[in-house]
Amino acid sequence: MSKSVGKSVTRVDAYEKVTGRAKYMDDLCDRSALLVKICHSTIAHGFVKSIDTTAAEAIPGVVRVLTCFDVPDIPFPTAGHPWSTDPDHQDVADRLLLNRHVRYYGDEVAVVIAENEVAAAQGVRALKVEYEELPFVLDVQKAMEPDAPQIHEEYPGNILKHTDIRKGDYEKARQEPGLIRIEGWYDTPTVQHCHIENHGCYAYMEAGRIVVVSSTQIPHIVRRVVGQALGIPWGKVRLVKPYIGGGFGNKQDALYEPLCAWCSTMVGGRLVKLECSREETFVSNRVRHAIRTHIISYVRPDGTLVARKFEAFSNQGAYASHGHGVVAKGMGAFPQLYPCENVECDCWSVFTNRPAAGAMRGYGIPQAMWAGECHIDDICNRLGMEPVEFRRKNLMPVGYQDAFSKNELYSDTFCQCMEKGMEVLGYPEKYRAYRNQTGPVRRGVGVAVFWYNTAVWPISLESSSCRMVVNQDGSLQFQTGETEIGQGCDTAYSQMVADAVGIPLEDVHVISTQDTDVTPFGTGAYASRQTYIGGFSIMQTAKALRERILNIAHDQTRMPVSNLDLVDGRIVRKSDGRVLKSLGELATEALYSMENSRHITAETTAQIKSNAYSFGCSFAEVEVDIPMCKVTLLNLVNVHDCGTLINPALAEAQVHGGMSMGIGYGLSEQLLFDEKTGRPLNNNLLDYKLSTIMDHPRLEARFVENPEPTSPYGTKALGEPPACSPAPAIRNAILHATGVAVDSCPITPHVLYEKFKAAGLLED
Amino acid sequence: MYDLKALYQAGTVAEAVALRLAHPEAHIIAGGSDVLVQMREGKRAGVELISIQGLDELRGVSMEADGTLRIGSLTSFSHITRDPLIRKHLNVLGEAVDQVGGPQIRNIGTIGGNTCNGVTSADSASTLFAYDAIVELTGPDGVRRQPIGEFYIKAGKVDLREGEIQTAILIPKDSYERTFGHYIKYAMRNAMDIATLGTSVNVRLSADKKTVERARVAFGVAGPVPLRAETAEQAAAGQPVSLQLAETFAQAVKADINPRDSWRAAKDFRMHIAVESAKRAFLESVKLAGGVL
Repeated sequence: MSKSVGKSVTRVDAYEKVTGRAKYMDDLCDRSALLVKICHSTIAHGFVKSIDTTAAEAIPGVVRVLTCFDVPDIPFPTAGHPWSTDPDHQDVADRLLLNRHVRYYGDEVAVVIAENEVAAAQGVRALKVEYEELPFVLDVQKAMEPDAPQIHEEYPGNILKHTDIRKGDYEKARQEPGLIRIEGWYDTPTVQHCHIENHGCYAYMEAGRIVVVSSTQIPHIVRRVVGQALGIPWGKVRLVKPYIGGGFGNKQDALYEPLCAWCSTMVGGRLVKLECSREETFVSNRVRHAIRTHIISYVRPDGTLVARKFEAFSNQGAYASHGHGVVAKGMGAFPQLYPCENVECDCWSVFTNRPAAGAMRGYGIPQAMWAGECHIDDICNRLGMEPVEFRRKNLMPVGYQDAFSKNELYSDTFCQCMEKGMEVLGYPEKYRAYRNQTGPVRRGVGVAVFWYNTAVWPISLESSSCRMVVNQDGSLQFQTGETEIGQGCDTAYSQMVADAVGIPLEDVHVISTQDTDVTPFGTGAYASRQTYIGGFSIMQTAKALRERILNIAHDQTRMPVSNLDLVDGRIVRKSDGRVLKSLGELATEALYSMENSRHITAETTAQIKSNAYSFGCSFAEVEVDIPMCKVTLLNLVNVHDCGTLINPALAEAQVHGGMSMGIGYGLSEQLLFDEKTGRPLNNNLLDYKLSTIMDHPRLEARFVENPEPTSPYGTKALGEPPACSPAPAIRNAILHATGVAVDSCPITPHVLYEKFKAAGLLED
Repeated sequence: MYDLKALYQAGTVAEAVALRLAHPEAHIIAGGSDVLVQMREGKRAGVELISIQGLDELRGVSMEADGTLRIGSLTSFSHITRDPLIRKHLNVLGEAVDQVGGPQIRNIGTIGGNTCNGVTSADSASTLFAYDAIVELTGPDGVRRQPIGEFYIKAGKVDLREGEIQTAILIPKDSYERTFGHYIKYAMRNAMDIATLGTSVNVRLSADKKTVERARVAFGVAGPVPLRAETAEQAAAGQPVSLQLAETFAQAVKADINPRDSWRAAKDFRMHIAVESAKRAFLESVKLAGGVL
C-alpha cells in the first residue's frame, strides 16, 4: 500500500536549510584551520622554470610554501567514474597535485599555507614564478591541425579519443535521386556549473590516516582518488560529505581533495582548509565541453530521413577528466532519436589549452540536442514542414529497442509530451498567427525534444547499497552511498523507505552525511540515477528488514510469519486485521530481551543490470526586438516522462532549475578567453551572464507519467533532462519569429546584431 | 577577511577633511560596494581606508531656496528611487539608479560613490550629465561647486582634490523644471548587470506641446567617461515634435559618441544601440512631457 510515494511531502531537510542550521563544509571546519591558497599559472601553456618563495615565506602568518617541484611524481585520474578493475577502462591519469608542465591559464603551480586568509593571499602574490612559454591553442579544430602545440606527449594530434558509429551505407544511400541535402555546423560554448557553494574541503590526520571533509557529490570515489594521488592505501583515507550547495557535475570529479590532503601531510597532519573563490571555480574546477557539431541530412521531400552524417569535435580542455564519455554519449543519441537506415557518426575529444571539461548536467546531451534539434528545424524550414509534424513522423517509435543498452521505449512518450506542451503553450494557434510577420518586434514559437537515459549501465558499474537500523521506538535510520546534493534524494528515499518497510514517513530518519568509514559503498550522485538506482537497494533492503522484523514478531506472538504483516508501523495479524503490537513495542522487547537481545538491522547491495530511457520536450515562445537585437522569453514549457513521480513538488522544482540552466545556455552564458594570452576574461558572476529571475518567464513544468517497468518504483531520470532541450527550443522560436537561423549558442545581442545585419533586418 | 592596513572613521565632514589631509594615501569608503570588492580582488589590497559611512548629514534629498535639488552624496540608490522630491521632479534619476545591481547593492551603494568612481557605466551618471548636475566638494578651503562634465577627468579619475570629499550632487531648477526624461539601460540581462550602454534623454516641450524647446541626451559607455551628444540636442531644439524628429535626433548622436571595441561589446554594435536607444528614449520623453506623436 503506497502511503508516501507520489505525494508532495515537505523536504526532509527543508527546515534545517531554511533556518541556516544545516551544516556545510565551512560550518564544520574548526576555526584553527590553516588556510591553503593556490597560485595559478598566468600563462596558457609552458613549463615552470623556477619559483622564488623567499618573499612569500617571510610574510608573517605564512607557514609553508609548496611548489610543483615538491609534489610526488604520481599522475592520477580525477573523473568521478566508478573505478574499473580492467586497466583498459580506467580513467586517464594525466595530472599531478601541482603541475610543472602547465596546460591552461589557471593551472596549479604552487600553494601557500598560512594562518589566515590575508597572509595566504599575500603569500601567493609574493611568489615569483618564472615560466618557459610554449605556443597554445584554444580552438578544438585548430588543436587537431598537424602543427598545433602538443599538450600531452602521449596523445599525438591532441586527440584524447575518437569513436564512430556506422549503420547501413551512407555513401550509397545519399545518391538516391531527388533527395534534399541540409547541412549545418552548430557550436556550443564553454560554460560553468555555477552551483551556489563553491568547492572546498578540509583535511587533517588522525591515527595515521587522512580525514577529508569535502563539498563533493562522490565521497567513495574521491576517497579512492586521494589514495591514488598520494600513493597510499585507500583504507588510509576517510572521506566525509556533509550537506553541499549544489554540484551539477562539477563536484563529480576529484577537485582539490587530493591537494588539500597532501598539504595536511606536509604540515604534520595539521588541519588545513582549501576553499575555491568563485573566480577559481570558473577556471580551475571543471567546465562543460564546448562541442562543435557538423550534421548533413539527406531527406526526401515528404520528410523521410534517408542518410545522415554526424561529426562532433569536443573541446576537452587541458586535462582528460571525464574525457570522451561526454561527446560519445551525445553521438550515441543521434542515430537513436531519429532512427535512419544509413548513418555515419564520428566524434573526437581533443585537448586544448582551456580549462578542463568534465561532467555537467546533461553530460553531452545539451550539446547534442542543440546541434540535432537546431538541424531538425533547419530541415523543416527548408521543406516547409511544421516542426511538430516532422518530429511525429521521424522520432523514435514506440517499441524501439537499443541493441547495446537494451533500453526500450515502452510508451508513446514523445507524442504525449509534445501534445501536452502544445496545449500548455497554445502552440498550434501561435504557430499560425506568428507566420509572415513584419515590423521591428516579432514573436515566434519553437519546439525541441531530448533523448536521455537514466543511469550508466552497461558502460559502467551500477550497484547500490543500503543499510537500515531500527530504533527502540520503531523508527529507523537508513543510509545509502547515493548523495543528497540539493536535488532532494534524501526526501524521495525517505518516502520510498516508509512505503517499502511499512512505517509512517515521520519514523524514517535519513542519515544525510556520507562517511566512507561507516556509509555503505556507493558511487555517489551522478548521471540521473539516484532515484532509479537507490530504489532497487531500498526495496531489497526493506524486504530483508521486514523479514527480520516479522521473524521477531513470530517469536514474540507465536503467530506464523505467513499470517503477519507490518503496516503503518504496526504488526498486524492478516487473518483478522488485528493489531498485535506496534513496531516500537516489538523493537524495545527485542533489544532489551534478557533471553535473546537482538539489534534489528538489514543491509544489502542491489545489482542493477538495466537502464531506462527518459524523454521529453520544451516549447518556447519569444518576442524578438530586432533593432535592439534582444530576445524576451515570453513562455517556456518543459514536459517530461520520468515515469511515476515520487514527489511531484520536488520533481517540478528539479525541472525549474534545469530550465533556468537551459535559458542561460541558450541566451547568455559563455566563458570567454583572450585570444592573445588564453586568459579567461569573465570568470566572475558579473561578467559571466548567468540568467537571473528577471530574465525568466513563468516556468511551466508538466509531466506525463508512464511507469518505468524496470524500476521497482516505476521511476526514471529527471535530474539532468530538464537542461537538455530549452536552448534549441528558444533558438527555433527565434527562427520562427525572424527567419534567422542562429547556429551557435548563446544567442546574445552581439550574435543577433551580426545575424540581423547580414539578413538585412537592420537599417542604419 | 579583508587585507586592510588601517581604518579611520570620520564623525563629521570636518573630520573627514582632516583625515584626508592626514592620510593622503587612504581611500574613501562609503557604502563599500566597489571598494570592498576591489580589495578582495587584490587591486586595493593592503590599503588604508577613511570611512565616511557615519556622516548622516550627507544623507537625503532636499530642495534649496532657489529650487535646486540637493542630493546628499551618501544617499543610497534605494532611497533616491523612493524619495518624494525625486519622484516629483526627477523621476528618471530614480528609475536609472533602480537598475543598479540588485536590491542589496542598491541599499548600500551611494550616488557619491557611483560618481567618484569615475566609471563610464555608472547608472546615475548619464542622467546627471543630461541634467547638468553640479558636484559639491568640501575641502580644507570650504565648498567648491563644479559642473559634472568637468568633474570627470578620464576613465576612473575624477577631480577630487587634496583633502576633499564629495558632499552633494545638485540639480539646478532650470534642468528639471517642465522637463521629462527617460533612461534606457542596455545590458546583457535584466538584473545584476553593468550597462553595455546607458542612454538618458530629457525634453522640455512648448506650452502647446507641439515644439521641442530643449532636448538633452547623455550616454554612459559611449566614451571613456559619460558624455553629452550636443549635435543631437541642437538638431532637436526648436523643432516640431514628430517621428521624423526622433529619427534625426537619434542619427545625430553618432557625431558625438565614441564607444570602443572591447570583449564586452564591439564599437559598431554600441553605435547601433546608441542610435536606437536615443530614438526610443526621446520618444518616451516626449510622451511623458505630454507630446503627441
